[in-house]
Amino acid sequence: MIEFNEESVRGEVRAWLEANWDPHLSLVAWRNLLVDSGWGVPNWPKAWYGHDLPLALMPVVEEEFEQLGVVGVARKGSSSLAAATILAHGSDAQKEKFLRRILTGEDAWCQLFSEPGSGSDLAGATTRAVLNGDHYVINGQKVWNTSAHHADYGILLARTNVDVPKHQGLSYFLIPMRQPGVEVRPLRQMNGHASFNEVFFADAQVPREFMLENEGDGWKIATTTLMHERRYADSMRREVKPSERPERIYREEAEEAAIALEPYTWYPQRAGRVDLVIERAKATGRNTDPVVRQEIAKLMSMARCAEWTGRRARVAQEQGRQPGPEGSLGKLASSYVARAANRVHTMITGTDAMLTGDDSPMDGVIAEILVSTPAISIAGGTDEIQKNIISERVLKMPKETRIDTDVPFRDVLNNTG
Amino acid sequence: METDIGYDADVWRQMSRDLGLTAIHIPESYGGQGFGVSELAIATEEMGRALLCAPYFASTVMGATAIMKAGLEDQKQTLLPGIAAGEVIATLAFTEEHGRWEAEAVAMTATHEDGKYVLNGAKSFVLDGQSADLVVVVARRPDSKGTDGLSFFTVAGHAAGLERVLLKSTDPTRKLAKLTFSNVEAVLLGEEDNAAGPLRDTLDIAAICLANEMVGGAERLLEDAVAYANMRVQFGRPIASFQSLKHKAADMLMEVELAKSGAYYAAAAADEGDEDVSALASLAKASAADTYMQTAIHAVQIHGGIGFTWENDTHLWFKRAKSSEVFLGGSDYHRERLMQEWDV
Repeated sequence: MIEFNEESVRGEVRAWLEANWDPHLSLVAWRNLLVDSGWGVPNWPKAWYGHDLPLALMPVVEEEFEQLGVVGVARKGSSSLAAATILAHGSDAQKEKFLRRILTGEDAWCQLFSEPGSGSDLAGATTRAVLNGDHYVINGQKVWNTSAHHADYGILLARTNVDVPKHQGLSYFLIPMRQPGVEVRPLRQMNGHASFNEVFFADAQVPREFMLENEGDGWKIATTTLMHERRYADSMRREVKPSERPERIYREEAEEAAIALEPYTWYPQRAGRVDLVIERAKATGRNTDPVVRQEIAKLMSMARCAEWTGRRARVAQEQGRQPGPEGSLGKLASSYVARAANRVHTMITGTDAMLTGDDSPMDGVIAEILVSTPAISIAGGTDEIQKNIISERVLKMPKETRIDTDVPFRDVLNNTG
Repeated sequence: METDIGYDADVWRQMSRDLGLTAIHIPESYGGQGFGVSELAIATEEMGRALLCAPYFASTVMGATAIMKAGLEDQKQTLLPGIAAGEVIATLAFTEEHGRWEAEAVAMTATHEDGKYVLNGAKSFVLDGQSADLVVVVARRPDSKGTDGLSFFTVAGHAAGLERVLLKSTDPTRKLAKLTFSNVEAVLLGEEDNAAGPLRDTLDIAAICLANEMVGGAERLLEDAVAYANMRVQFGRPIASFQSLKHKAADMLMEVELAKSGAYYAAAAADEGDEDVSALASLAKASAADTYMQTAIHAVQIHGGIGFTWENDTHLWFKRAKSSEVFLGGSDYHRERLMQEWDV
């Protein structure tokens, strides 16, 4: 393909799909074909399974896939982040070894960044990596690791040097998860679900050639991963519903999706389920209480305004305008909406809010809202971090004076005592 | 600001004659520019930001809109060009001493005798009512109730029997008057007994414009507060470097942007003839009012002691926020209206 335009892209994709798409293939066999064609990840470089397609033309390809019900490459949250990071920072040998099996879904990955002692301050990670001959030895603990119990590999941020300032002593590893030195334990949340894990490393090993770039480059590479995480945060949760068609490939895809989406079943409740408020108020008769009506109106107004703010940001982006402050506010606004929704659901539900499961309204959905909304102001960057970012980047207020960035990491106070 | 008419005649001439702002949403066939509510809202947003003292809201937003919505063709031909040119200052006299904003609350009567309409009663909280050349009045048939029997009338500002008293208002940037009508002869505007619909449309557009005006004011307060915090040094550093202020400012920005989205969305809905426009007008008004007041409270707080002085201008926006909070109905009124519009 020499130059791209909507018509040429649409024509090429359609022609290739019509000649090759076969729902009776196995998932992996089909995806290998797709990866070789360059239409699985067309925005990737030609050298690595893509066509260098501009992002703006991606929707054209997606439309053609949808039209024929074609199954795409594997898009599991952490695996996609690993792929994007390896593509940006990996050596040819690393790309050769890992990328294809991520795209086919044969390998699943997890993210190993947060630690019990470093959440918002990710660069304060204390998990150690020490070189021993041809491999690094890993000791320490990670937390909030979605799907780590299914993972074949993990993207790991670990400290290789404590004698330099914190950001300079980190390195980025691709660690095999299925080995004796790695223990994965489910982490139960306050809402009863266990969507995440804790991962313990006791003399776990990573081959030296599985480090991305060089020692000390870990923080720089991690920012690539985090950038993709923010970008994909919404799309991962909006995962297309798997088809219920009978052919082999759809069945395999549905099984894969069931595993990948299992941790997210409570995410709608985490956001507060504003969509349920009016019907619940009518069903319970609480819509006649003027105080409740005021609170519903406040909540609905805030939720609608937040939605429209997101729309303003998207329109600005589509029109190629520099996004204004509206683009940085969505996450913070969603925390406030969820918290307000929790209050209003409680007002509407009354004493029944003491109950859960099938003893409680909507078979436990309301109860799940009431104990799930606290997650939204913590996960993916706390409200406090969001406010720092907004005040510094949007409002141009000065950074807080820091005492931990210019001294050797070993001299910085941390949680390990 | 510190005169009885409350504005600078030169500025008004520039706004109307040079910039055509008084004509924005008036159709071209009546001497206007033919733009929509969205464009009118942009103008009011900027006026709110600048804290403009002028009879713009009274004349263009309320007076002209009422005539556009209610007037007969020949009345629009007669009345609108003067307002569009800024030569006639109009206002809408709607609420009364009770300060209520629903049509049902109108008590002022219009009797129809010998082919003439005669108004008796009092209107209050009339924007620029003491200086307006043309007063659009809502009154009812003596035996009518609710939204029935309401009609629009026009009365000249200097009409016989009309007593106009400037009220002492907290917000020095908006002039309010009480208008007492004693057997004032009036001209029917539009159809008799049929004001409820046009009145609703007029108040919706006014609420949307006020919401945009408030958003402009809130944004200005936030910018000034952040600029002050960047400049003000305590404990050897700019106070803007303290997280307590940064987080407050981030919250203020979020509230302002959310309210802005509501105000813009409602303005667009009015232009598109959205059926939900009354609900959206109330949503926008309540959201912007709460945000403006909260932003003003934070802005004074961020300024500290100087923010509580007369010398510092923050109090002028604070007072505009307060008067805007209740003008056209408080947030509780609009939230209840939203719930009714949405059939909750």
